Order: sequence, then structure tokens, then C-alpha cells
Amino acid sequence: MSGPSVQHEVHARLEGVTRVYPSAAGQPPVNALGPIDLDLRKGEFFAIVGPSGCGKSTFLEVLAGLQEPTAGTVVFEGKAVRGQVADGIGVVFQEDASFPWLTVWDNAAFGLRRKGVAASEIRRRVEDALTFMGLKDFARAYPAQLSGGMRQRVCIARTLVLQPRLILLDEPFGALDAQTRLLMGDEVLRLWRRTGATVLLITHALDEAAMLADRVGAMSARPGRFIDIIDTGWPRERDSTIVGEAAFGEITGRLWERLRGESMKALGHVDMTAAAGE
Amino acid sequence: MTRVGLIRLAVIAAAIGALELACRLGLINHRTIIPPSEMASTLWTLLASGAINADIQRTLGMIALVIALSVVLGFVAGLVIHALPRVREALDPFFATYYAVPIFIFYPVLIAIFGLSIMPIVLIGVATAIVAMIIATLNGLDRVPRVLTKVARVHRLGRIKTAVTLQLPAAAPYLFTGVKLAVSYAFIAVVAAEFILSPAGLGRDIADAYADFNNRRMYALILFLLIIATLLNSALHALDLRWAARRTGGRP
Repeated sequence: MSGPSVQHEVHARLEGVTRVYPSAAGQPPVNALGPIDLDLRKGEFFAIVGPSGCGKSTFLEVLAGLQEPTAGTVVFEGKAVRGQVADGIGVVFQEDASFPWLTVWDNAAFGLRRKGVAASEIRRRVEDALTFMGLKDFARAYPAQLSGGMRQRVCIARTLVLQPRLILLDEPFGALDAQTRLLMGDEVLRLWRRTGATVLLITHALDEAAMLADRVGAMSARPGRFIDIIDTGWPRERDSTIVGEAAFGEITGRLWERLRGESMKALGHVDMTAAAGE
Repeated sequence: MTRVGLIRLAVIAAAIGALELACRLGLINHRTIIPPSEMASTLWTLLASGAINADIQRTLGMIALVIALSVVLGFVAGLVIHALPRVREALDPFFATYYAVPIFIFYPVLIAIFGLSIMPIVLIGVATAIVAMIIATLNGLDRVPRVLTKVARVHRLGRIKTAVTLQLPAAAPYLFTGVKLAVSYAFIAVVAAEFILSPAGLGRDIADAYADFNNRRMYALILFLLIIATLLNSALHALDLRWAARRTGGRP
């Protein structure tokens, strides 16, 4: 493994961030997240793993500006993020968010048209994004005519054309089979290298996080906090073939070691957690 | 034409042929039903003479007006009710039982207020059709994936732009079901209302022909309405299938 491949300039900073969902229908409030302190370095690929329901997606939505933190501050490029998605942030969701009534081309062009970008520029950026995502031959197809992986690529293309500087990926490959996920991982790495954007990936797959990220944050069971942040030390030029390297096994092993007890807690196995020495 | 289409056409042709034969052989009394060929020839004569042009214009114009009002107002009402959950909760029982009440019972009140004008007919038509559109709009909006709302926020769309550019097209299949129902209800309500509320129009014309024992004219007008309603519904169905094919990639 080589040394860190990214600059250490802070791109986004979270300080003391918590998120508490207010009580509803006689239920107590849900303390979903935090407190979280994290610096996302400019241009790095950061992945977050954690047990189900630990607040990973809440974290992403707070960082994106889709949810307001209950306490703490989120800063992106020096400006506070609060309740509105900042310019320069792109989000790809786990669910299929392609628009079934639009062609692949129109899906990709959606955001640019809303922003009033000139037609020639839209054409250039969309064609470039579709070519990059391997969708050029499907430009006139509708999402329903594509596989799940291709539809997710459409959503990535729709984000890509807006040239975001921070790309947030919320388990974008969660619904795909293992082989497709590996290949999609390669595409995300290509995208990351090409755009130079900072990428934050939420995933439940330890191998995916270990393969893709410069740093992997392991989150505790709810309320989600970082219990470990692992520097993978992968070179910037990497692809899915690194899953065969010994270091890959070491990273996933360490992640599982940290997360096993938390995952048990999330499942309600408190005694077993104690037995596991957590 | 597909094989299913051919079978469908054959069934219709067989039914018309059987009716023609039954009438010609005297199995069905000529005073009860005339042969379909006579209905068609009489309709052709009526259309060629221009004798029913004014009635056609009046009836189809009113149907178009009822459809337009029901679809637009129903959609807007659906949007507003969807945005107000408590109002919706209060109205849900009314929507569930709405079609158990025959709207036509209000026709004396409407005549007393508006007289024998087109207003009572349009109001009865809209009252019949609009609730189907409201219910379809609510159903459609309920089924808009929540992730689209997040996408709208990522793209920093306002409420109106979100509704127009994402929610409306996402809910379109359900809205279109509402449109199809509104079209059917508009036809039924306007023609039926003309029977009792109107001094003119195709419904009135059919009622007069019936009262005068003028079977040829009555059946010709019935045939005309059947053809128009079938053509319109077939066109809507074809459009629905075409859009559905886009959304499902041709899968049923």
C-alpha cells in the first residue's frame, strides 16, 4: 500500500452534529445520530459502514442539507449547510430515482435544464456523461428498458452533468448483485478520479467500502458515532482487482472486528456483544 | 393488427351479424329493435343532411366542457387535499361513499336555480366526474416515490416546480385513470341529463324519437353516441398502453 493519495485541505466539516427525531404517536424521541465530528478532505473518497439503522443515511442527508442537524454545524466549502442542498453537492440515492417518463438523455439533462444552462452546453455535458457512464447507445431508451445497474448509472450521469464538487452516494449499489456491484465500484472510482470531486459513500458492504475508499469510517449502533476511521492507503489508480490483495483482507477484517459487536447491538444481542468483548 | 385485435373485431362483427340476422328473420320485433344496417343507413342520412349538427355540437361541446372542468378542478383539488392530511382524513368517508348517492336526485333543485339552461347539465356532469379525478389524483400522489421528493430538493426545486416537473409525471398513470373515468362519467351524465333537463342535444333528441315511436332515428342517434364514446375510449386506451409500455419497458 502506498501513502495517502489525496490533499489534506478540508472540504466539508461536521462539528458536534446530532440528529434527534422528535417523538411521534406516544413514542419517545429517537436519538439517531451523533455527536459526530468529521473533516472530509478535499478530493478524498470516504466510505461509511455501520450496522442497519445506525444513522448512516441520516448522516448523509444532514451533510447534504436534506435534513437539519438537531445540534452542531455542517460546513461545506466554508459555508454553513442548513436545511438546503448547497450548490456543488450531488446526491445519488439507493432507490431507483430515475424518471421513468423521460429517456436516458432527458434524465441526464434534467438538472441542467432546471438551471437554465444553454442548450449547446447541455448537449455537450450530457453526451460526455452518457459516454463516460457507458450509456451513449441507450440515450433514447427509457429507464424501464434498462437493468437496475444501468438505471443507477443514469442517476449517476444526472448527478455528474452538474459537475458536483462533493458527491454523496447513499448505498447506490444496494439493490444490485455482487458482480454488478464490483463493476459499478470500478466505474465510481473512474468517476472519482476523473472529476476530482470529494466522494462520500454510504454502504453496508464492508468489502465495497474497503475497496473503494481512501478512508473508511466505522459507525456504532444507533445513535451513530464514528468508532474507528481506517486509512486504507490505496493508490489513487486502483480498481476492483485489489480485492485479491492481502491488505484488502486486513482492512475488511479490522472493519468487521470493530463492527461485529455494534451489529449485534443493532440486532438486540446485548449479551453476545458483551461476550464479544465490546 | 394483432391476433387479439382480430379476435376482438370478429366478436363484434359476429354480434352485429347475429343481431342483423335476428332482425331480418323476424326473431326480434322490428318495433323493438331495427337491424344494425338500418341504424347505420339512417345515421348516414342524418349526418349527410346536417339535421343533427346543432345537437351534436351542443352535446359534444358540453361533454368536452365537463371533461375539462372535472379534470382540471379535480386535479387541483386533489393536490390541495393531498397537501392537507387532516382535511383528507375528514373527506375520505365522503369520497368512499360518494358514488352511492345518485347525483341526479338534485336535478329539480338545479332547474329551480338555473332554469333549463346548460348550467344544470354541466354541474351534474362535473359533480359526477370530478370525484373520480380527485380520488385518482390522491392515489397517484400517494404513489410518487419519496426519493423523487429528495431528488427535487437536491435540484433545489420549489413546491410548484416539484409538483409540475416530478410529481405530476410520476403520478400520471393514476391521473390518466382519473381522466378515463371522467370521460366516461361525462358522457353518461351529460346525455342522461339531456333526457330530463334539456330542450336540445342528442339526449333530448333520443328521448323525443322514443316518445314519437321513431325507432330509426332513435337507434341511429344511439349508434352515433356508441361510435363516438367507443372511439374516444379506444384512443385513450391506446395512449395509456403506449405510455405504460415506456414506463414498463414493454412488460405487462
